[in-house]
Amino acid sequence: MIIHQLSVFLENKAGRLTEVLDALGKEHIKITALSIADTSEFGILRMLVSDPDKSRQILKERSFTVNITEVISIMTPNEAQYYAKALKILSDLDISIEYTYAFSIGQKSIVVMRCSNNELAIKALKEHEMELVRASDLYKI
Amino acid sequence: MNIWNAHFECMERNELRKIQTERLQETIERIYFNVPYYRHKMQEAGLGSESLQDAEDLHKFPFTTKQDLRDNYPFGLFAVPISEIVRIHASSGTTGKPTVVGYTRRDIVTWSEVMARTLTSAGANRNDFIHVAYGYGLFTGGLGLHYGGEKIGASVIPVSGGNTKRQLQLMEDFGSTVLACTPTYALFLAEAIEENNIDRNHLKLHTGVFGAEPWTENMRREIEEKLCIRAIDIYGLSEIIGPGVASECMLQDGLHINEDHFYPEIIDPDTLEVLPEGRTGELVFTTITKEGLPLIRYRTRDLTRLTYGKCRCGRTLVRMDKCLGRSDDMLIIRGVNLFPSQIESILLEMSEIKPHYQLIVDRINNLDTLELQVEVDEEFFQDKISQLQTLRQKIQNNLESTLGISIQVHLVEPKTLVRSEGKSQRVNDRRKY
Repeated sequence: MIIHQLSVFLENKAGRLTEVLDALGKEHIKITALSIADTSEFGILRMLVSDPDKSRQILKERSFTVNITEVISIMTPNEAQYYAKALKILSDLDISIEYTYAFSIGQKSIVVMRCSNNELAIKALKEHEMELVRASDLYKI
Repeated sequence: MNIWNAHFECMERNELRKIQTERLQETIERIYFNVPYYRHKMQEAGLGSESLQDAEDLHKFPFTTKQDLRDNYPFGLFAVPISEIVRIHASSGTTGKPTVVGYTRRDIVTWSEVMARTLTSAGANRNDFIHVAYGYGLFTGGLGLHYGGEKIGASVIPVSGGNTKRQLQLMEDFGSTVLACTPTYALFLAEAIEENNIDRNHLKLHTGVFGAEPWTENMRREIEEKLCIRAIDIYGLSEIIGPGVASECMLQDGLHINEDHFYPEIIDPDTLEVLPEGRTGELVFTTITKEGLPLIRYRTRDLTRLTYGKCRCGRTLVRMDKCLGRSDDMLIIRGVNLFPSQIESILLEMSEIKPHYQLIVDRINNLDTLELQVEVDEEFFQDKISQLQTLRQKIQNNLESTLGISIQVHLVEPKTLVRSEGKSQRVNDRRKY
C-alpha cells in the first residue's frame, strides 16, 4: 500500500520544471500526479510516476537532487466529508500529515498523503474501511 | 600645509637611511634574542643577530606571513614579557583563529604619533571634531583614530560603527568636521544624509579619512561630491600597527609611509625577489621601532608600488600607490578580512552538506553584501520544506557566529555551481572598485 513518490529539489528558476518533464517525457514516463511546494527561493516537486526508480535514474543523470519518498493514497467519493473523515481517523491516532495533495477523476478523488507514520495510517484507514490505492493501480490511471 | 613631525617626515634620505639601518639592527638583535621562533628561522638561513650591516641586507632575511602568526597563536611572537604588554588587538583570521597583536606602552605612543601624522597630513587640527565611525574593539580602526585624534588635540567623538540614524544626529548636533570610517560606509552615510533630507549646509564636515579596504579613484570622486569633503586615503594593517602605517597628504598623490617606523619593500609575489622602485608588486613591511610584536619582512599581500622623491607637500617619506589588489584570495567585506577557506572549513564541519559552494560578493547601495550558494546534497534531501529551511538557517547561523559578518545563504541545485580546481572560481566578486 506504500507508494513510491519522486521528490525533486528545484531552485526557483525559469525552465527547471520544463527540464524535468522533458527528460521524463523522452523516456516515456507517465505522470499520474504532480504537486509543487515552494518557498521564495526553492521548491520541492513531488510526482507519482509510472516507473519511480527509472525516473530517479534519469533525473540523477541530469544532476537533479532527487529522492524516493514513501506516501500513501486513498480513493474517496469527491465530497469533502470523506476527505475530512480520513483526516479525523489519522488525527485521532496522533498521526500528523506532513503534506497532502489530491486530484479527482469523475466522481472519485485520489488523495495522496505523507504521514508521520505511514504503516500505522494504512492500518487505521483499512480498519475504517477506507479504500486504499495500490501503487500498481495508480500508475495505470 | 601642516606637518606633525617635520623632523622625521621631511628628513633627507641619507639621514633617514642611517636611522632606518640603526633601528633595523636593533630590531633584529631584539628579535633574535627574545623570539625563539625567529631565532630558529634566522639560524636556518645562516643569519645571526649581527647579520645586517645596511638596510639593503634585509633581503637576506626570511619573510613572515599570516601563517607564522597563526602557528604562534596567540602570543608566541611577542618579543617582550606579557607584563610589558598594555593592549591586545586582533583581526579575524582563517579557520576561526584571529591574528593577535600586542602593544607595549611605547608602541601605543608610536601608534598615536603615526596617527597624529596621518590626521595632520589630512588637514585636521586641534579645532576639529573627529567623528570616529570605525568599529571600536578588537579591530584597530576605532582606537587607532581615537588616540591620534586626542594626540593632535582635536575633539574625538567615539561613535563607533553602525546605528546610522544616531551617526547623522551627532554629526549634525556636534558639528563633526572630520569623518573617519571605511569608504563604503562613507558612501552609505552620504546616501542616508540625502534620504533623511538633511541639509548639507547644516553639516560642518570638511574632510574624511578612509581606509581598511581598497577603494578606487571613482569612489573617491563620488564620496567627495556627495559629502562635499576632501577624501583622504589612509593605510594600515593590525599586524604592523593598525591605521597609521601610511597616509595621503592633502595633495592626494600617493600615501606617505612612516618609514622611520615601518621599513617597506616591494617583492615579486611569485619569485619573492625585491623589485626596483616603480615596479608593482607585493608590499612587505619590517617594523623597526615596535616592541610588543616586531615583525621582519611581513608579507601584506597588498599590491602596490613605491615612489621615492620629495612630495610637493614637503614630506620626503616614500609614497605608495593606492593598493591595486591582493596577491592572495583574501576578501575585505565591510572592513572585515575574510578568506574563502574559512567558509569552507565551517561547511566541512556540517555533516548535512558537501562543501560545494560559491561565494558571491557584491556592493548594493554602497554596502558590501555576501551571498553563499550551497548545493543540496542528495543524501540529505528528504523532500520536506521545513528540513531545508532549518538547514539553510543552520548554515547561516554557523557562518555568522564564527565570521562575525552577516551572510545570505541560498540552497541551490547540484552542479549549478561551476566545478573547478582553482579556489578563485569559488568566489564571484561583483564589486566594482
